[in-house]
Formats: sequence, structure tokens, C-alpha cells
Amino acid sequence: MTERAADGGARYAGARVHRVEDDRLLTGRGTFVDDVSLPGMLHACFVRSPIARAAIQRIDTSAALALPGVRFVFTAADLNPGVREQWHTTIGKEMPETPRPPLAEGEVRFVGDPVALVVAESRYLAEDAAELVEVDYEPLPAVVDYTEAEHAKALVHESHGSNVIAQLTTVPASAFDEVFASAAHVASETIYQQAYAPVPIEGRGLVVDYSSVTGDLTIHASTQTPHEVRLFCSRLLGMPEERVRVVTRDTGGGFGQKVMVQRDEMCLMLAGPVVGAPLKWVEDRRENLLAAGKSRQEHAAVKMAFDADGAIQAAYIDFVQDCGAYPTPWPLFPAAAVGTFFPGPYRVPRGGFAVKTLYTNTVGRAPYRGPWQFESLAREVLLDIAARQMHVDPAELRRRNLLRRDELPYKNPNGMNYDNISPLETFEQALAMLDYAKFRAEQAEARSAGRYLGVGLANYVEASTPGYGVYGTEPATIRIAPTGRITVYVAGGSSGNSIETTVVQLTADALGAKIEDVDTVQGDTAVTGFGAGTAGSRSGSMTAGAVRETAAVLRERILAIAAHELGVAIEDIELADSRASVRAKPAVGVSFKDLAALADAPAGLEASARYTANSPSIWVNATHVCTCEVDVATGRVQLLRYIVSEDCGPMINPNVVEGQIAGGTVQGIGGVLFEHLAYDDDGNPVATTFMDYLLPTAAEVPAIEFGHIETPSPGPGGYKGVGEGGAIGAPPAVVNAVADALSPFGVKITRLPLGPSQIVALLDR
Amino acid sequence: MGEVSVKLTVNGQPRAATVEPRVTLADFLREQLQLTGTHLGCEHGVCGACTVLVDGAAVRSCLMFAVQADGAEVTTIEGIGSPDGGLSAVQSAFRDCHGLQCGFCTPGFVVSVTAFLRDHPNPTDPEIREALSGNLCRCTGYQGIVNAVQQAAGAARRGELR
Repeated sequence: MTERAADGGARYAGARVHRVEDDRLLTGRGTFVDDVSLPGMLHACFVRSPIARAAIQRIDTSAALALPGVRFVFTAADLNPGVREQWHTTIGKEMPETPRPPLAEGEVRFVGDPVALVVAESRYLAEDAAELVEVDYEPLPAVVDYTEAEHAKALVHESHGSNVIAQLTTVPASAFDEVFASAAHVASETIYQQAYAPVPIEGRGLVVDYSSVTGDLTIHASTQTPHEVRLFCSRLLGMPEERVRVVTRDTGGGFGQKVMVQRDEMCLMLAGPVVGAPLKWVEDRRENLLAAGKSRQEHAAVKMAFDADGAIQAAYIDFVQDCGAYPTPWPLFPAAAVGTFFPGPYRVPRGGFAVKTLYTNTVGRAPYRGPWQFESLAREVLLDIAARQMHVDPAELRRRNLLRRDELPYKNPNGMNYDNISPLETFEQALAMLDYAKFRAEQAEARSAGRYLGVGLANYVEASTPGYGVYGTEPATIRIAPTGRITVYVAGGSSGNSIETTVVQLTADALGAKIEDVDTVQGDTAVTGFGAGTAGSRSGSMTAGAVRETAAVLRERILAIAAHELGVAIEDIELADSRASVRAKPAVGVSFKDLAALADAPAGLEASARYTANSPSIWVNATHVCTCEVDVATGRVQLLRYIVSEDCGPMINPNVVEGQIAGGTVQGIGGVLFEHLAYDDDGNPVATTFMDYLLPTAAEVPAIEFGHIETPSPGPGGYKGVGEGGAIGAPPAVVNAVADALSPFGVKITRLPLGPSQIVALLDR
Repeated sequence: MGEVSVKLTVNGQPRAATVEPRVTLADFLREQLQLTGTHLGCEHGVCGACTVLVDGAAVRSCLMFAVQADGAEVTTIEGIGSPDGGLSAVQSAFRDCHGLQCGFCTPGFVVSVTAFLRDHPNPTDPEIREALSGNLCRCTGYQGIVNAVQQAAGAARRGELR
């Protein structure tokens, strides 16, 4: 609680202040990448593979090039040799990147694989020309079902020699044979989650603007990580990094999909300097669902051993993940995280994991909010199955095993050292908000009337705010102009997470300024220092550190100048309402505006500093409780109540916290009940429009009720990351609610999604 | 491809242009009139991000050709607030209730809700959710949006929608 009430001024942190982003976005004055229009700009469109796996035998671009208004048609032979280095700053040069050629070279490996890039004077013409590019394909056997990939004859990447990308076993399952053999109860299941995807309403896009005169390359990007895009591009093209500038104003959602630089984007970077004019590519929805990456699509054999009292004795997960043909780097890392976090916020004395990542001829895996949320899905679904087997109430089984505060810090068997969390408190708060006993009574009454209600519980603990490598550092610059306006510059990467408002709130508090005097500049790499952007639930908690460090420097200067000007000691000055005044005589003071002019007109007062994280991660926990009614004739699930009790430490802006939780939660609900990035047996995607890929709408989503527990983290302000948790907690809560509703039928749910047809099939079995 | 001339009123201003018959109203508004507040999220009529008012009715401008709007009165998100930049009651309610995050779907929601509340100033909660179900949002989980419509309905009942 280091920053609380440092001075007597207004306190904005903790308040539901209006967002600074809203006025422009509500009036249609935002600047998304497709709103960028530059003189002479050309438009790009990809030719994509219609076949899951095939050899490219011939590409004939002549008809496309003959179309008036078409300037270029690039193939792999044109663009791919331009690649110099291909690695992400956040991953490092040493980690092996799986093959990611910009355009398909010799072989296409999924439906949607980019084969050629057409550049024309308008998007309409580019699309016309793309249809005229003739590609001869020789179909090859495709690896579609990842569960058969390991032993398939066909190889997705011949050069790799196997469809297994990588695997890792900490301890073999057999190490726990004795524990499981002697346990009073054992629960063991194989649980499957289908492919679904982030699906931001704005697809990916870039405008690449190269000046052959100056050698400067400016990229307007829809991204969560403008500085990563800049450094990646400079290495890709072998250009000095100072020649590359990335500008991101508004990004229309990302949820992980816009963290890494993808192959399509590399093509634009490579083509941009060649075409002699600014070049725009904005994907359409079909491309987004075909080629922007899939997430989830995995399964695991999981088992838990319990003693006679229901205390967990051991937990083991053997996890297998589909990474598609071209996953973003580095696939093994998030897969391993599924293993390390599998024990969750419970007392688990023994455990281990094995994980395996596989190539298939489907779209590559890309990050999605809570990339390893399967650990919670598998654990919480298994706990409910175990409770039913043991004839124990699922709430009671969890209560017996949840970590208590007096046990912290607690190291789980995979080496994760939890601290500053409150799993039992969020759990009890959520159950009290529901009135769990009352619900059970209503459920019993409804059942006797032939109606099937259910309640689902889920707990999780997640590692937010990674503090290692380049994730563990974040800069800020704060300037007070002689006009009195305060501008805070941070790396940015907002894609809806309100980081502009957050930074303005924190800066106003840290300096003792009026919030209306503070502006922020973000997402322009020319005027902000390197920061790793929006990923890993890090923006709020890391940027808070950057603002704290920078404001501290600026405060010292403000205090020194004010003390000199007012003729009192520094200790006698207080800062509030954009003014330095004498503590004993508040009427005697000097405004920040005058101080800035005094300091160094016209430059004003300015400071820059960088925060370095003090811990490898910041733990955050929550409980999700969901109730539903299932129509056993139609298989329709109606969610009745949805409760989230979370502990993200002190809230900077409760509206933003609850907005993040709600958004993630509804994505999780969608993943269980509606969304499926499905393929047929031949590897053809069958959900490439919003008529096939079903997102939840307002009509399907219940009101979400929020409970808050506040355990400060060791980080700046005691803050924690809260961006991803909703998408982690929701899937198991919804699955468990449906399973609970159907328990009178002896139904066991181990496969997702749970659309009406799947539920009816379960009931018919 | 031959071009066709169109005359229409957009946000109160008469506009005349020539367009290819295949150009959608959304692309015409965004590219030729440079009204980029109308967004494209799917281009097949499901997401609702491109919703504009055509002669008062909320329509998906990705499903209409510009030539079909010949003679029509079109209102886009840029024309919803007051000309001095002030927010309408619906826009203010979205801000008050945290009814937007990334803001990409927001123009479509604001336009749809404006038309809905004009016609239904006294909506029930299920009616609100039904009315919103033609617009997709991926950030908010719809919580703040539903609250915003409830708040703005109060203004609608008082006849203070604009």
C-alpha cells in the first residue's frame, strides 16, 4: 500500500473515473488501423491455400498482373529471401522458433496458408486480382486430428522429422503409483477442450509506409505490442531499429492474438519497402477465422488421489496440445505452464506433469487470454467428478483442500511459490453471494418438478505480471509543460484495457495533480521507451511501477523548486490539485503551471525513469460460481446467475477491473457453450463466418455479480494483474454447472463444447 | 467498371458522388466520405459494427450498396452527438456505465441503441437484451452496455435522446 494517501490531494486510484479513451471512441473519432489513409496508399490481399496440405506446383500471376490497377503479385520466391532474422524480443534469440516462412514455400500446410500477396490500387481490385492468381496444387495426405498426429505417417514439417514439436516430463506418472494404489479415492479422467479463438471484432492489420528517400519505415499497426513490432521488423528486414517507427492509436481488441508478429504481417513488412507507396492490409473476418490462429484444442489425462477425508494426496496431468502448422513461438512454454499450474490454489503435497505439443495441418496456435487455462478447466472439472464419486458436496471437497492464508507462502509440487492470495476467502464470499444452501434447496425442489438446475464452482490462482526478461521492465516519461498540462508517455499497447485512463489516474495521484490536467501519449515508439505491451496481465501493475518511479523523480524537483520559491523547507510543502502549497498555510502556494515555467521555460519539467519488477510474478486468485438450467429435451443451457469473487489487490478503477473480468468471463462462457473453430476430417475449416462461429450475444449472457477481496501484492501500489482471469475461471464453472444439472441422469462431461446437440447426445447415451 | 452517381444526405449534409455499383454503403462512407467511425467487423451482416441509420432505420451498411442509398438520409456515428462534440444521451450512458472497452464495436451499438430507444422508450430487460443481440462485442461481456441502455432509457422517456 505504498502509494496510499501520500499527500492530501484528490485520490483517483480506487475511483470509478470516466475513461479518457471514451469521447473519441463514442463519437467515431478513434483511429483504428483501417482508418489510416495515406496519400497514394496501395492495398494488399492474400491468396490463401484452399487445401490442408499440398505441394505447390506452379503459380501463374500473369492474369492478375494484367488487371488494370494491379501493381505487384508477390510469391515466396519474392518475399522470403528478404528475411534476415526472425525472433521476438520477449522470447529471445536463443529459443528455437518453429518454421514460419512469410509466404508458403513449396508446400501449403493448412487451409488459409498465405501463398501470394497481391498489391493493387484498391482493396476491391486486390481481391479481384487474388481470384485471378492460378495456383496448381498436388494434394498430400494431411494430419488433421492432433490426437493421431504423433503416429501419423505424414509429417507437417518434413524437416523436423516428427509431428511432435517438443515434450517435457518433470516426473513420470509412475512415480506416484504407490500413492494412487493406496489412496482411499482416486479420480481419473481424460478431458478435452475444443479449438476456439480470441476473435477480436477488429481483425489484424498494418499500414507499412517506407520512404526510400530517408530510409525510414513507419508502421501503423493493430497490435498489443508496438515496441515488439518495431524490433521484430527491424531484425526481419535487417534495418537499424532507429529507422523503424510503429504507431498504434486504437486497437480493436486483441486478447492475445495481437501479441506476436504473425506470418501475414511479416509479408507486409517485407513488401512495404518494395512497392514504392504506403501499403495497407486489413484482414476480413474470414481471414481472421482462417488464419489468425486458433487457441485451446487440447486434452489431458488427469488424476487425483484423495485420503478418506477427501484431502488431496497427489495430482498428475499428462497434457497434449494441438499447435497447428505454424504456432507462434514458443509452443512448449504455455504448454508447460498447464502442468506447473495444474495443482491450483489447493494443498497438493505431490504431483508432476508431462506435456506434449504437436504439429497438425490446421491453423497455427496463437495466444489467447489465459493461454494455459486448461489447467483450471481440467482440475476443477475433475474435482467435481471426484466429489460425485465420493458422495461429497463439491463445495465441501474444495473447502477441505483450499489453501489458507496461514499456510502462505506455499510451494506447489511443481515449484510454484504462491503468496499474497486468498483462495478460501474468495470461495466463501462467492458462495455467500449465491446463498449456496438456498440454491441447493431450490435445485431439489425444481428437480421434483422436472426442471434441472445446476451450480458450478471453480477456483484458480494465476501468475500475473511476469517479472523476468524484458517483461520485467517498463518505462515512463512525465512532462509538465509551462501551460500546466501534464503528459505521461508510456509504451502502450492498449487494445481495450483502459491503460490510458489507468495511467492518467495514477499520474494525477502520484504528482498531486488534478486528473483533468493530465494527458497520456502511448503506442508511438518514436516518443516512448521500450515496454513489452499488453500481455500476461501486466499492463496495469507494471505501468503503475513506471509511473511511481518517474513521478518520484518529478516530485522531488517540484518540491525543491516550490520550497525555494515559497521560502520554506521542502518538508513543509504539500502537493495537491496541481499546486504546491505550504502545509500550515494552504493559501500560500504556487501552481504546477508556474513551477514549470520557473523551472525551465519553455521546456517545463520533465523526468524519465524505468521500473524493474521485484518479483518473478504477482499471484492473483478468484472464484467463479455459476448457476444454470438445462432443458433436457432441447439441450439448451440457460445461465441464471454468475458470480465472480476476485482478489486483484487494491483496484485502480473498479469499472475497469469489473469490465476486464466480465469480458473474460463471457469469452469463457462462449468457449463452453457456443464457439468452435471446427475442421472437417479433410482439414477444411467449417466456421469461417459469424454465422458458423457463434459468439455469445447480450441475449445469452447473464448479469455478472462481482465480489472483491483485497490482498495487496508486493508490487507497486499492491496492484495485481486482472486481464486474463475471467477467461480462466469461467469454462470450468460453466461445465460444472451443466454437469451438476444433469447429475440425476448419470451424465459425465469430459468433452467440450456443450452445444445443444452435444448435451442431447450425452443424455441419449 | 462503370460508375453511377448518387445523391444523399449524410449527417444533415447533402453529398453527391459517383461510385461503382458494387461499392457497399460502408465502404462508401468510410473511404469516399472519410467517415471512418462506421466500422467493419464481419462484412456479412452479423456483427453490427457498421450499423448506420438510413431514413431513420438502423441498417447494416456492409449489406447495402451505396447506390441503394441514393436519395436517402443517412446518419452515421459522427452525426449522433451534437455538432460541438457533445455526447448524446446514449453516448453519455455508455461512458458512465463503462459500456465500451476497445471501442471498435461501439459506433454500431450506439447507433442501434439510439434507434431502439427512440422506438421503445420503456424497454424491459429482456427487450433490451434482445435488441442488443444483433450487435457483437468481444470486450465487455455486455454488462456495461446493458446498464447503459437502461440509463439511456430514462433520457428516452423524457424525450432527451439527442
